Amino acid sequence: MSTLAATTPRRAWGLRKPNVIPGFGLTLGFTLTYFSLIILIPLIALAIRSAGLGLDGFLKAASDPRVLGSLRVSFVTALIAASINVVFGTLLAWVLVRYRFPGRRIFDAVIDLPFALPTAVAGIALTAIYAPNGTMGALFAPLGWRIAYTPAGIVIAMIFIGLPFVVRTIQPILEEVSHEVEEASATLGANRFQTITRVILPSLTPAILTGFALAFARAVGEYGSIIFIAGNIPFVSEIAPLLIFIRLQEFNYVGATVIAVIMLLISFAILLLINLIQAWSRSRYGYGN
Amino acid sequence: MEVRVQNVRKEFDRFPALHDVSLDIRSGELIALLGPSGSGKTTLLRLIAGLEMPTAGRIFFGDTDASEKTVQERNIGFVFQHYALFRHMTILENISFGLKVRPRATRPPAGEIRRRALELLDLVQLAGLEKRYPNQLSGGQRQRVALARALAIEPAVLLLDEPFGALDAQVRRELRKWLREIHDRTGHTTVFVTHDQEEALELSDRLCVMSQGRIEQVGTPDDVYDHPTSPFVFGFIGESSELPVTVQNNEVWLGGRPLGLPAGDSQPGKARLFFRPHDVELVQADAALTGAVNTARRVGGTRRVELTISGANQPVEVDLPFDHPATENAALTFRPRRWKLFPAA
Repeated sequence: MSTLAATTPRRAWGLRKPNVIPGFGLTLGFTLTYFSLIILIPLIALAIRSAGLGLDGFLKAASDPRVLGSLRVSFVTALIAASINVVFGTLLAWVLVRYRFPGRRIFDAVIDLPFALPTAVAGIALTAIYAPNGTMGALFAPLGWRIAYTPAGIVIAMIFIGLPFVVRTIQPILEEVSHEVEEASATLGANRFQTITRVILPSLTPAILTGFALAFARAVGEYGSIIFIAGNIPFVSEIAPLLIFIRLQEFNYVGATVIAVIMLLISFAILLLINLIQAWSRSRYGYGN
Repeated sequence: MEVRVQNVRKEFDRFPALHDVSLDIRSGELIALLGPSGSGKTTLLRLIAGLEMPTAGRIFFGDTDASEKTVQERNIGFVFQHYALFRHMTILENISFGLKVRPRATRPPAGEIRRRALELLDLVQLAGLEKRYPNQLSGGQRQRVALARALAIEPAVLLLDEPFGALDAQVRRELRKWLREIHDRTGHTTVFVTHDQEEALELSDRLCVMSQGRIEQVGTPDDVYDHPTSPFVFGFIGESSELPVTVQNNEVWLGGRPLGLPAGDSQPGKARLFFRPHDVELVQADAALTGAVNTARRVGGTRRVELTISGANQPVEVDLPFDHPATENAALTFRPRRWKLFPAA
């Protein structure tokens, strides 16, 4: 025992293995500090604040019908928006990667604008267009469809802000899917449709999942653009982040943190699930070879 | 199935990649398209496959004109240099893909597809790996899977684009032998592209040497090696030494001296003399090549000597027995045993 301990004294930590890359301790220490300061401490503060309420108080605050309504609106619209973004974002990425056409670079640059635009500006612009007297809204008004001031408007705003996440995650992977694989599929007798559904889309699945997760997370947390277009009717088009803000204005800090904690838990569960699916598919298919 | 390529031309954006190429591929033969990069060999293979369409000319599979047919209709097996396996599918799924995508009318039942895929897996000596994914296999194994996948559709012609190009030397030699065995067993008409002359000479029934979008020579390995019909082929296949000479009075001259080599039916005037470094004999004569040794290196069982030939400015290489005491600046007199004259361009 003693000889073993003498020969491997540095293995005591278990993390530290001999490695040619130096600085493991330093970088891990820095990473943990940074991670704590920026992410962990605010989240823990949130949890502690809401824990002050006790389990009964927490459940009571959480089961408030208006809270449940706003959570439902937030998550359902975010899921719809992320799903729509995945379909059309994939299509956009496909066009940008596969075809060469005049203005492609400008088109490509414009995709990023929702990243940069202040969300309030986006919200006001979208409201103006989709309001019943706006350019787009006027087209739908005769059909009896209202977009602005309904959950449909929320979905539109979420699509707007989430699209670049999907396009930008799929684009590089699509560039990596070699043309040879498509040709191989064709030489084996597969038609275009079979090549796309059986060869290309499955190899994009991990990227599509990532894009979905990012767009979804962004949509759930979005506030600025949605409050303009949503109409904010409780139980119909009031999103959870707005309800948090309302609680804050009522000086009901605990009520606000309770909603925040529930949102966090649901988001975390969904993102964890997506990450697990990805890890599983990566370990199967391998990456980058 | 025999394949006839008839006066095919291919241009990419007005840049010609193939000029008026014709080639008859016999049924059941293993033919190599050999040439340096940019010679058009891969383009020719892709034209036969239908992955590219010719600018002009026709391609026949047997008696049917395949020029207008799509890749899918041509029923060819294609093996890519970088395998191009579907990495989200298991090995078994990869191999059975070609059968599974067939329209219902011609698709074999699922059990039959599985049986055939397993049989092919056995043929490529990978039995037991059907549940693995491509990234769990080595390069050599992946290329075997790619071949099994191509064979699964019972192709009319098997086309291989630098199939061993991405593998290391050891595996490459192994797979070469193995491909020959598979070919002899299955009897598919096989065309493969390579830039490795050793591979082409060892593996093929016939080779087609290409350069700059043209076919230089087609023939058996012996034929092409022993009777090259152009300076390019002489220089490209095997090792060669070249000297600028003149033909006069039916003799070959260099630097005002006859070399003791009859010129045969070559036209008088400037010419290029080609010979193999290993195909020379040392002589005691005035009418021969003489040169001073620059360097002498032991290469395997021979001694490779670089000489500066008097009367010519360029160095040439010859092979001597390894125990020949060639030292620097020593003078050597020799004649090629076999040689070939080409008119100077």
